[in-house]
Amino acid sequence: MSSHASYEFSNPVVRWIDSRLPVFSLMKAQAMDFPTPRNLNYWWTFGGIAATMLVIQLITGIVLVMHFTPHVDLAFDSVEKIMRDVNYGWLLRWLHANGAAFFFLAVYIHIFRGLYYGSYKAPREILWMIGVIILIAMMATAFMGYVLPWGQMSYWAAVVITNLFSAIPVVGETIVQWLWGGFSVDNPTLQRFFSLHYLLPFVLAALVFLHIWALHVPGNNNPDGIDVKSEQDTLPFHPYYTMKDLFAILVFLLVYLAFVFYSPWYMGHAINFVKANPLVTPAHIVPEWYFLPQYAMLRAVPDKLGGVIVMFASLIILFFLPWLDRSKVRSLRYRPVTRIFFWLFAITCVVLGIAGAQPAEGVWLLVARIATIYYFAYFLVILPLLGKLEKPKPMPASITEAVMQKH
Amino acid sequence: MSSTTTQDVSRRDFLYIATGTVGAVGTALAAWPFIDQMNPDASVLALASTEFDMAPLQEGQGVTVMWRGKPVFIRHRTKKEIEDATKVPLAELKDPIARNANLPPDAPATDENRVKDANGKANPKYLVQIGICTHLGCVPLGEAGPFNAWFCPCHGSVYDTSGRIRSGPAPRNLDIPPFKYVSDTKIVIG
Repeated sequence: MSSHASYEFSNPVVRWIDSRLPVFSLMKAQAMDFPTPRNLNYWWTFGGIAATMLVIQLITGIVLVMHFTPHVDLAFDSVEKIMRDVNYGWLLRWLHANGAAFFFLAVYIHIFRGLYYGSYKAPREILWMIGVIILIAMMATAFMGYVLPWGQMSYWAAVVITNLFSAIPVVGETIVQWLWGGFSVDNPTLQRFFSLHYLLPFVLAALVFLHIWALHVPGNNNPDGIDVKSEQDTLPFHPYYTMKDLFAILVFLLVYLAFVFYSPWYMGHAINFVKANPLVTPAHIVPEWYFLPQYAMLRAVPDKLGGVIVMFASLIILFFLPWLDRSKVRSLRYRPVTRIFFWLFAITCVVLGIAGAQPAEGVWLLVARIATIYYFAYFLVILPLLGKLEKPKPMPASITEAVMQKH
Repeated sequence: MSSTTTQDVSRRDFLYIATGTVGAVGTALAAWPFIDQMNPDASVLALASTEFDMAPLQEGQGVTVMWRGKPVFIRHRTKKEIEDATKVPLAELKDPIARNANLPPDAPATDENRVKDANGKANPKYLVQIGICTHLGCVPLGEAGPFNAWFCPCHGSVYDTSGRIRSGPAPRNLDIPPFKYVSDTKIVIG
């Protein structure tokens, strides 16, 4: 971006603006001409898909707020009013509720793509770490949004998650009462969750901006994990990847809208149509599917503080991944042994998700424990060791060579 | 001359550090109202007390009353439940502390200590406890679980007929709220 080639725009108005504030030059350099590796596959479209979902969540969220009332006596009824009375209210709510799930789906695929192709390795460590912050901020946002309809599942999710902080020695109780604004989850809790649920998506948007900025310094990683060596290895972002991303976004939206229109509550829980009752805990509380793996790890440890530490550690450990994986080879295409452990890891995450949906007893508890151990072993033992022991396959000399070999 | 220069420099240093310190402390102080606004306010803190007459409770019957927005379990225990609770050796307990707000913080978790009020008065028939699982805050189910006492459906914590944690992830016995008997059956919680 240093002394970037200033473009000569033919339109005099555009030229006048650009010489004073070079937004048009910036857009052309970063969003159109940006040199992008020519070998990106469809796994690379999920970043654009996730960004699209963020925009959908922002727009549907802002209009839902025009009809929602953040008060313990009115929140549940105002959501029902949105569903029954507000014009297209049902559509907005289902777009927003399912949008959260599909946002997570896109982001999880995006993360596993990064894991497989080594996108977290030098020089993209900061890019990866901003991504981890985005994931954590997304989780906080989704959790607080889930509380707002004030149904039974909303209320008890708020109780259980805020109580995680009571595991902190000495100051835990004080922190939880500070979070609640009282001695239990009540109106002050609902109102501050509403405030933060509105704020955090804009923080997310700013983080996404930093994420893209950090991406545009080294440029994209690619399926072969080798650096761009010449212009031959790249294509301009527009139209090649704008169109490819757009196509993938449309296919993704088709699946998302199929849920919105035909099975909007498929991922929900019927008990959330019962208004929050602080005296009765539902028999089986489970989080939304996108939190199930973390939830399984929380319950896998038979100790309160230990469970909370393990659950948060499962996210924090991602910050250290660029330094835990010692191998210089990015893409698992050229690391046949690591590839096997990677797929085991991916299966482990799914198994954790399944275990998280079951009652924490008997065989499922055992499964969750083994899976939790493997989750951490993958980062702390397997990746550091394989970086030293594994002999990678020979790599092509350039991206162009890799592409030509396949054809 | 040179001594004057040194003086000037040290005075500047002092002003520089002092200004910076005032700025930093001022910013920290200004942050406090924004943090403290989230704490429970005076109206919430005002120790709302709840009065309850246990006389109508039949043996084996329990009720849940609200105190400070929390459920409080009040149970008229059966003879068998009291027997089960008293005969347990302390060594078998996961949490050996009574967790009774009316007793010193290190009082052992005997069944007698679980039913005492602020004046040391107790009726072993009546057990008064905060109905919130000490794990992650769910409300345990009554007359359930291996001890046919309290069982938390969220993460499987098992409490005995004295409300003491026996297995599962919860770290503490159910808390006993501050309360006192104002007659033989009437209590004031809080």
